[in-house]
Amino acid sequence: MGLFDVDFWKKIEPSKDKKFAHGLYDGVFTLFFKPNEVNHAGTHIKGPMDLKRLMIHVVIALQVCYLIGSYNIGHQHFLALGEHTGVLDAVHLKLVIGLMSILPLFIVSNLVGLGIEFYFASQKGHPIEEGYLVTGALIPLIMPPDVPLWMLSLSIIFAVLLAKEAFGGTGMNVVNIALMARAFIFFAYPTEISGDGPWVSAIDLDNGVVDYSFLHTMFNGLFESFGWSTFISGQPLLESFTGATPLVLARTGGWEAVTEVYSSTAMFVGGIPGCVGETSKLAIIMGIAILLLTRVASWRIMFSMALGVAVTGMLFNVWGFNAYMDVPWYNHFLMGGLMFALAFMATDPVTACGTNTGKWIYGFLIGFFGMVIRVMNPAYAEGWMLAILLMNVFAPTIDFYVVDANINRRLKRAKAK
Amino acid sequence: MTLSTGLIFGIIFILMFIVVMATISEGLVKIAAKHQGQNPENYGVLPNDLPSMLNRGEGSPNYVSQGDHFVDLKKGFDINLLGAASLEHGIEQVHASTYALKPKDFMGMMPIPKVVVEEGGTLKAGDVLFYDKKRPEIKYAAPVSGEMLKIQRGDKRSINEVVILADKEIEYREYNLPDLNTVSREDLVAFLLDSGAWPFIRQRPFDIVAEHEQLPKSIFVTTFDTAPLAPSFNLTVQGKEAEFQKGLDVLAKLTEGGVHLGLDGRGTSSPSEAFSNATGVQKHWFNGPHPAGNVGIHMHHVDPLNSGETIWHLDVHGVLVIGTLFAKGIFDTERVIALTGYEMTNPRYVKARQGICIEKFVTDIKFQEQTATTDKEGKPVNINRKAVRLISGDPLTGKEIEPNGYLGFFDDQMMTVEEGDYYELFGWLIPRAGHPTQNRTFPGAFAPSAVYKADTQQNGEHRAFVVSGEYESVLPMDIYPQYLLRAIQANDFEKMEGLGILELGEEDVALCEYVCTSKHPVQKTLRQGLDMLREQG
Repeated sequence: MGLFDVDFWKKIEPSKDKKFAHGLYDGVFTLFFKPNEVNHAGTHIKGPMDLKRLMIHVVIALQVCYLIGSYNIGHQHFLALGEHTGVLDAVHLKLVIGLMSILPLFIVSNLVGLGIEFYFASQKGHPIEEGYLVTGALIPLIMPPDVPLWMLSLSIIFAVLLAKEAFGGTGMNVVNIALMARAFIFFAYPTEISGDGPWVSAIDLDNGVVDYSFLHTMFNGLFESFGWSTFISGQPLLESFTGATPLVLARTGGWEAVTEVYSSTAMFVGGIPGCVGETSKLAIIMGIAILLLTRVASWRIMFSMALGVAVTGMLFNVWGFNAYMDVPWYNHFLMGGLMFALAFMATDPVTACGTNTGKWIYGFLIGFFGMVIRVMNPAYAEGWMLAILLMNVFAPTIDFYVVDANINRRLKRAKAK
Repeated sequence: MTLSTGLIFGIIFILMFIVVMATISEGLVKIAAKHQGQNPENYGVLPNDLPSMLNRGEGSPNYVSQGDHFVDLKKGFDINLLGAASLEHGIEQVHASTYALKPKDFMGMMPIPKVVVEEGGTLKAGDVLFYDKKRPEIKYAAPVSGEMLKIQRGDKRSINEVVILADKEIEYREYNLPDLNTVSREDLVAFLLDSGAWPFIRQRPFDIVAEHEQLPKSIFVTTFDTAPLAPSFNLTVQGKEAEFQKGLDVLAKLTEGGVHLGLDGRGTSSPSEAFSNATGVQKHWFNGPHPAGNVGIHMHHVDPLNSGETIWHLDVHGVLVIGTLFAKGIFDTERVIALTGYEMTNPRYVKARQGICIEKFVTDIKFQEQTATTDKEGKPVNINRKAVRLISGDPLTGKEIEPNGYLGFFDDQMMTVEEGDYYELFGWLIPRAGHPTQNRTFPGAFAPSAVYKADTQQNGEHRAFVVSGEYESVLPMDIYPQYLLRAIQANDFEKMEGLGILELGEEDVALCEYVCTSKHPVQKTLRQGLDMLREQG
């Protein structure tokens, strides 16, 4: 039976002295097989839920985002050309562009991150822990589609090393690792990721033409045999193409400017430029449904964050200082990375508050700060990464006060006797 | 699209507005009532009996009399396992040739207690067997009469078991029973200490045998056990209702705060008359999944323990021992024991004395197994593998015993569990071996009445805390268990006490350990914390 046979794995097990090799073996082995550990001191029976299963359900919830987001990369590319402008035109070409954009990101993200984790795990002498399964799946979704791979690797090394391993590994980090990687790129390479370059895939902005690599053109033969359209190199980009995201439009011209370029349906389904994961609210809502049905993510954080966004949005509507503030509060949910942050970033159990009361406060404040940064920040149109990182740092404080209230309740009860 | 989303949000906003307005106005009305000098309970905007409308209604069983204290517990989880004992063939009275008391059943006892009987010496049921040199007044008595066979020792010469070769007919020690109507509390305590009945009384904090110098603020008796496959106390108390009441009367004299009885309000079976008609006690009914039967939960909802206070607790067996002592003058530890487990050919109830050797109940179970595997070089080899684990007690809090071992002091259940040292291909993703769970990533969680075969598979590896809210969902107390465990691991004494460790016993957090995603040894950590605090004084 080969790979699916325990005896085969036992034969190829490296000795425990070779720490890195054994760590690598152990990580892959436990991915295939549930280990045969039995319960010792404590309960004799244990429930079947474990960390791998928790992580994989988040990854499953992300899959619809991957699908629709990858397709959207291709769609935005062809919009920049002015060709195949219908959503369902040239599905094969768009899928190829999308996949060839996202796959390198996914592979690099997992290789670099897992490589660091394996190294640390082998040094510390404990088995590789599953925390990186989700981070590795989240990072490609929050990066610009055409981000240079070396930049991505640097950001992951920074995030995993300084924000995770330095604190003790899985379950010990204070801030969200994926957001830390994004923050690194945001602060260290601000000019490289601004403008249209990294946001539309497979284009050469300096010369104004498309830039198909071998990864794209190798499919041309296949497509020709079916009689479908192919990749044609050297095509010029549309001069009028701006690739402006709804957020940028809203900041200058309010909701009217947004609806001129994008319809609400397009914003909901995901035919707009932006990060891979955040464009399709439909995909995110499906992911939320999976997360809430399986109770993997906390509904309290999601609900209170939505509440925070709504309340802050309503306050801004009342204030009405500029065109951005006049955007009706319910339309903010359609723009930018709000829904993605709500579903997958804010609900990270390690960095969020642990107490249920704390979760309400935490979510609400993320919504509040995120909206404030989004609307009132002149430099950058989006605020969720910063808001969530900020609240990650304050989550232990919130928990401290909730637990302190519990302690005081108990003391008061003792005094009342 | 925007219109409909706007409509939905608008409706939600209006509903929230109504709720907020109603709550604020309710508060204002109550304040106004207080200003006027009226009782604020009678004034309000929201319907007064809303809580009872939502909670009780038809919920409480018909044998609960109005006016009794009824507590509905939502949090917890019932573990349904195969191998429950059946009453088909009645309850057989059994007697073994050897019985034993195990000093390690008692938390905090010295590893080598002083055994007062020599090997070969005869004793009667109720005669002192050993005592702890740290607390010499508390005497531990033999459950049966016979000859002290041997002392089984463990590592560092600690005593594992004191084994008695039992007589066919039990002879009982003669007691000088005090008159319950005239005896003082000190004399009663002294009598109980010497009689061998004292170890049945345990205390919170620390869940150890009660310290007799302390005055407890109340005593709790739990009359139902919600642990997986635990026997019903109704069976033990059948025919001994008078002794049970006598036991309660004795306990009432030991404390000022009264005796509280925790009764089964789940409606699955009506409790024995001895429980529902008990006099001289305060009755409290509890309804909910496990751990609704735990005495720690009862205490928390009736008379919570504060720092510096002590509460004593017993189960039905303990009350019956004390009651039989005073009613009949004999030390009788007979109880109904459930022999359970999927591997048992005939899971059933038996009547036996405490500490019975369970060897003859498990003769048809294959505990060891020969498995053929290949060693490193690829040569076929037969290895001996333990196939079945034997547990004294329930699978959450019980201790593993050998096939020729003895039932624990406080245990009334024996269970066989298959050893789960198997590898499962992608078992974490698509498990084939089913385990009871309330976790919604498993389809089994949507069928809570399904019954499963138990095994000892750990189902994952030990990790750091990741998931929050998991422990709170199975512990119906106002305690944050994860923060408590962190305080214990950080040796933060003040925080431990502040977070309520004194109210807890291992059985209360056993379910937290069962559902833990990170496979943390919760009970062990709690015991470490309790021991740390106890040693500090």
